[in-house]
Amino acid sequence: MSPILFLEQALNGVQFGLMLFLLAAGLTLVFGIMDMINLAHGSLYMIGAYFMASFVQMTGSFWLGLPLALGATALVGAVLEVTLLRKLYGRGHLTQVLATFALILIANEAVRIAWGSQPIMLNPPPSLTGPVTLPGGLHYASYRLLIIGVGTLVAVALYFGVTKTRVGMLVRAGASNREMAVAMGVNIRRLFTIVFALGAALCALAGAMLGPILAVQVGMGENILILAFVVIVIGGIGSIRGAFVGALLVGIVDTSGRAFLPIVFSAFLPPQLASGAGPAIASVLIYVLMAGVLYFRPQGLFPARG
Amino acid sequence: MKRALLVFLVLAIFPLAMQAIDAMFYVSLASRILIYAIAATSLNLVLGYGGLVSFGHAAFFGAGAFVVGILAVEGVPSAWIAWPAAVAVAALAALVIGAMSLRTRGVYFIMITLAFAQMIYYIFVSLKTYGGDDGLSMPGRSTVGLGVNLRNDLVWYYVVLALLAAVLYGMHRLVHSRFGRVIDAIRENEARAEAIGFPVYRYKLLCFVISGAVAGLAGALIANQGSYVSPSLLHWIQSGTLMIMVILGGVGTLWGGLIGATVLLALEHLIADYRIGWIASLAPNYQDHAGLAVGIVLLTIVMLAPQGLAGLFARPKEK
Repeated sequence: MSPILFLEQALNGVQFGLMLFLLAAGLTLVFGIMDMINLAHGSLYMIGAYFMASFVQMTGSFWLGLPLALGATALVGAVLEVTLLRKLYGRGHLTQVLATFALILIANEAVRIAWGSQPIMLNPPPSLTGPVTLPGGLHYASYRLLIIGVGTLVAVALYFGVTKTRVGMLVRAGASNREMAVAMGVNIRRLFTIVFALGAALCALAGAMLGPILAVQVGMGENILILAFVVIVIGGIGSIRGAFVGALLVGIVDTSGRAFLPIVFSAFLPPQLASGAGPAIASVLIYVLMAGVLYFRPQGLFPARG
Repeated sequence: MKRALLVFLVLAIFPLAMQAIDAMFYVSLASRILIYAIAATSLNLVLGYGGLVSFGHAAFFGAGAFVVGILAVEGVPSAWIAWPAAVAVAALAALVIGAMSLRTRGVYFIMITLAFAQMIYYIFVSLKTYGGDDGLSMPGRSTVGLGVNLRNDLVWYYVVLALLAAVLYGMHRLVHSRFGRVIDAIRENEARAEAIGFPVYRYKLLCFVISGAVAGLAGALIANQGSYVSPSLLHWIQSGTLMIMVILGGVGTLWGGLIGATVLLALEHLIADYRIGWIASLAPNYQDHAGLAVGIVLLTIVMLAPQGLAGLFARPKEK
């Protein structure tokens, strides 16, 4: 196992983790503040990716398409919140699960009607298609570096937004004690709409950035949704910091597990068994990680409610 | 009681009517629905009565299916061996998973049951000997001897119906027994039940194991339904679907699982098979997008019937 391979996988893990963080941040806020289980969060990610594909085609530019896709998805999120989800806040988790599951079905079909069932190819901006050489001689895709850069930037911005601004303060107040926040005169309805639209925009950013790496297709939201839930449970529900640490943990564990476990297994298992067991155990790793974290820290790593 | 007899009378006549109009396809669909009704009912026991939101019930459902599938491939097609084995393995899995998961609560319980189910899913996907990704084809349905041939769809339907009746009766007796009352009490107020002196953890675990065992039975049946076991039976989407059936039908109601399974599966097929004129005139190929219609119907039901569909028929409960 060369250090170069190791570095490459570590970067891949960080890149995946940062994108997971974008999803998990919105999810953890919606969950933490509004006490709402939103299964349709993954659908916003899918819709964001599709908007991105369309806007890039329309404008002919990656950089023009990105803000348009973000804005459009944020709008979809806000409309969804005002018209529908708002009515679900007081209704118990099971009702929310059923309603947002219905939204997944509707979103999937709506996307299929609008864009067709074939996966759509989304190209990275032309200036970022080649690899760059990092110190140490590693050739790494420049687009993936961009993802890492954007993810880091958003994480920092979000951190300062939540810890240093007034809206961030309200968000934290809402997450740690909603009733108290309402009693202190916070306009919680408007705050919910803002948070939801922001969460939708973050989903769209993740969808748009990951689009060129993964295929843009119907159903892309469901699997990553479960990972995002794993992340927020590991991190502690309602905590942005927890979502960040959880996302990086999951991203790195998952990516390095997939890359290295088959190699490790083939060292001491017969090849036929190793080729089957490697990927399976790698997929299981993040769930083992979650079970382990919950065993020792039942409230997650950074519980938001004190 | 009258209502139960009526329901089962209709269910018993249904295949004969279908046979009369030469629509045996619907008998096969109906047995599928009844199998899912058993699975959903098992989930309703923990979710509705126990208040334990298990998001990993596909683990027990799929485990039961794989036990039957693997035994069939290995030359043990007898239902008398394979089905009890499926139930036993599912119960054992529920014992192990429940023993660990029940130490957490709330959302964390949801997530940890999901985690265990996903682990089992990936393990079966990697079992190349037994189909892996592609699933496992069985040589045929289980054999029972006694001159009964399960390959006959009519016979199969009645076997499934009888088992569903047994499960519903068993559940009715269970929730009205002392055990059921204690489970009720634990859901309503766990601390109080504990203070009275009930071994809360053991009661919850037993409830979870019973539910897992019944889900294993449903799994054994679903493997037989198409003589095929797919790892997708273990996937979280399956757990989610079962949960949707329970919530749709009615959480914590005897009939919730049956109603939810019937409505969800029948809806999917009806939309795909029947062309409704006035919708088709608005959107000619709407049938290709059954999910959209299912989603809209589900959403409407959530908004209009907060207690699930069973809640619409229920007599108002005295509280």
